[in-house]
Amino acid sequence: MNNYETVFILTPVLSDSQMKEAVEKFKTLLTDQGAEIVNEESWGLRKLAYPIDKKSTGFYIFLEYKAEPSTIDRLEVNFRRDERVIRFLTIRQDKFMLEYAEKRRRNKGAKKESAPVKEAEEVKSENKED
Amino acid sequence: MAKQSEIRYLTPVSVDIKKKKYCRFQKNGIKYIDYKDPEFLKKFLNEQGKILPRRITGTSLKFQRRIAQAVKRARHIALLPYVTDLMK
Repeated sequence: MNNYETVFILTPVLSDSQMKEAVEKFKTLLTDQGAEIVNEESWGLRKLAYPIDKKSTGFYIFLEYKAEPSTIDRLEVNFRRDERVIRFLTIRQDKFMLEYAEKRRRNKGAKKESAPVKEAEEVKSENKED
Repeated sequence: MAKQSEIRYLTPVSVDIKKKKYCRFQKNGIKYIDYKDPEFLKKFLNEQGKILPRRITGTSLKFQRRIAQAVKRARHIALLPYVTDLMK
């Protein structure tokens, strides 16, 4: 079992429920193959830095999970087949990333009630500077 | 008569003391550079969105490679542009 993290972008044409359904599909795909989801984040509708498929915005979904390497192949095949996914990126977390991801989750957990995601990210970048 | 070689200035000559560059990652003990944080990565890009060379930022080779990796990942998921004008 390795630790992985995936960011994928869904098309902005989906409705809220359609989007949730798409996320659910990939989550069940992971759990069906024995993966254990550690963290799930939705960054919401964000502006893309450059247009992809003539679209300038997209829903960003971020997942962290423990899985077997073979699971990733299946997941990526499904990403490619699914028209709703316009971009995806999967990375295996090495020890430095893992450390950082844990810190990030803790920061986020503490902030969760009071501040939205955007503010948590700002705090994080401030921490890096000093 | 004063010697020609002896040059005297009215105002003291400001000698630029070069500030030593340092690697901010090693100094602050940052081990991992996150690709999910485009605002932070923008510090290492120029106006056109190109990665700044090490000789300007002072980053060590080890972390320059990691910056490059993080920037490229951020570009792939459209958090940073591949090409642009006037990014900041």
